[in-house]
Amino acid sequence: MGQAMNPAVLQAKLWYAQRISAMVLGICVAIHLGIIFYAIRGGLTAQEILGRTQGNLAFAIFYELFVIACFVHAPIGIANILQETFPSSGIAKPIASVLGLLILILGSAAVFGVYSAGSL
Amino acid sequence: MRPYNRDMANTDLKVRVWRGAQEGEFVQYLVPRNPNQTVLDVVTYVQRKLDPTLSYRFACRVGMCGSCAMTVNGVARWTCRTHVSQILQGDTLEIAPLNNLPVIKDLATDMREFFNKWKGAVGFFKGDKTRHDDFAKVPPESEERQLANAGIECIGCGVCYASCEVVESRPNYLGPAALNRAWTLTNDVRDVQQLERMRAVAGDAGCHACHSQGSCTEACPKAIAPTASIAGLKKLVARAAVRGSKWGKL
Amino acid sequence: MSSRPRLDSRAKSHLSYFAYACHRFSGLLLACFIPLHFLMLSQSLRGAQGFGQSLALTDMWVFKFGEWVLVILLAVHLTGGLRLLMIEFGSWHGLRKGWIQLSILFAIACGLLFLYFAN
Repeated sequence: MGQAMNPAVLQAKLWYAQRISAMVLGICVAIHLGIIFYAIRGGLTAQEILGRTQGNLAFAIFYELFVIACFVHAPIGIANILQETFPSSGIAKPIASVLGLLILILGSAAVFGVYSAGSL
Repeated sequence: MRPYNRDMANTDLKVRVWRGAQEGEFVQYLVPRNPNQTVLDVVTYVQRKLDPTLSYRFACRVGMCGSCAMTVNGVARWTCRTHVSQILQGDTLEIAPLNNLPVIKDLATDMREFFNKWKGAVGFFKGDKTRHDDFAKVPPESEERQLANAGIECIGCGVCYASCEVVESRPNYLGPAALNRAWTLTNDVRDVQQLERMRAVAGDAGCHACHSQGSCTEACPKAIAPTASIAGLKKLVARAAVRGSKWGKL
Repeated sequence: MSSRPRLDSRAKSHLSYFAYACHRFSGLLLACFIPLHFLMLSQSLRGAQGFGQSLALTDMWVFKFGEWVLVILLAVHLTGGLRLLMIEFGSWHGLRKGWIQLSILFAIACGLLFLYFAN
């Protein structure tokens, strides 16, 4: 991708990426809601959570995919909101980028954390 | 016409009408009630009987031309097709010019930007046949023709444009009418400007700025759904940007 | 003398706009919450004990209330989003007002389920 992407193509690709990640999130969130309702019965403890997630590769892969989908979806949405609310401020891109980084880094840390349960 | 009979009507309508241009004020007029009265009848009464300096637009007064579109109680409508009894709140009525367009005077707006955006979206037809060629054969039941037909009845009244919050917040957004027209032409198999049209409706002044709020579709007096047309454009442009289209890559 | 009138709530008092507003609002709040959520969960890197300590913080009622709100927001954003995907990628069947009603019911259901399961 040597040439600069023209802005119209960029907008179109961002829209597409947000919708595709939305489809992925639709499935992930539906499953996650189910897991939430299952997990909160009778209260939530660290042991219970880690008991389910530690060493569970399927969980880890599912949630890492979830994190990546969030990483694509949320910053684009936030950028749109900021660009429309504060049009000439130029803060949309930086804030969206920061959010993206936070999601990717903290999210992956969380997935790795519950998978390893601290036993690095 | 029935003579106005003060004994039967309860009170006059209190009609607040925008007077001025970008700056101005609402002025209240008292207008006698009549059965089957439309908002255009009310505006006409004000201008003819109460204040001849009121400026407003109308033409056919039977719901065909779209010239009489104004903001009535905050919502864009065709005033000739809006019965007062339909939208009256108590005994008051508020009439203002269409939103999102500069005001020339009172209830008349400057529609140039509306039509310029139509051009900007390549909302006009261009073919490559001449009178010496045979007619183009377009089956009416073909998918493309049905999609085009769904949006083809637009008469450019501006009601959708005036109802759209994205138009308000993004001054260069092409708007529902222009994009709807672009979509009908995208589905016109005779048109030869498809690549230019796709480029014109892409970008952040184009179709992807639409949030599917649906105000345009709710407001359209011809029951056209610009939301649907814009959705079609979004898919088309996104696919063209990523994979290319039958007319070329964006 | 004042400025000419602009679009106000009267132009936006319809179901589809309400759906847009809820979707945007819920998305914004979720975007703010998600990094905190991940930060909390990443405390698990400190092992069960460290994680347990952080988790104990959330026993305060304000967190429980926040979790309840977030589950509802998630439900709203999910169904609102599915509705948008249907409008943008599916064939046109109007503004999908049935989906809006479904979203509201689903969100209420999730809220109630949360209250039921979380003692």
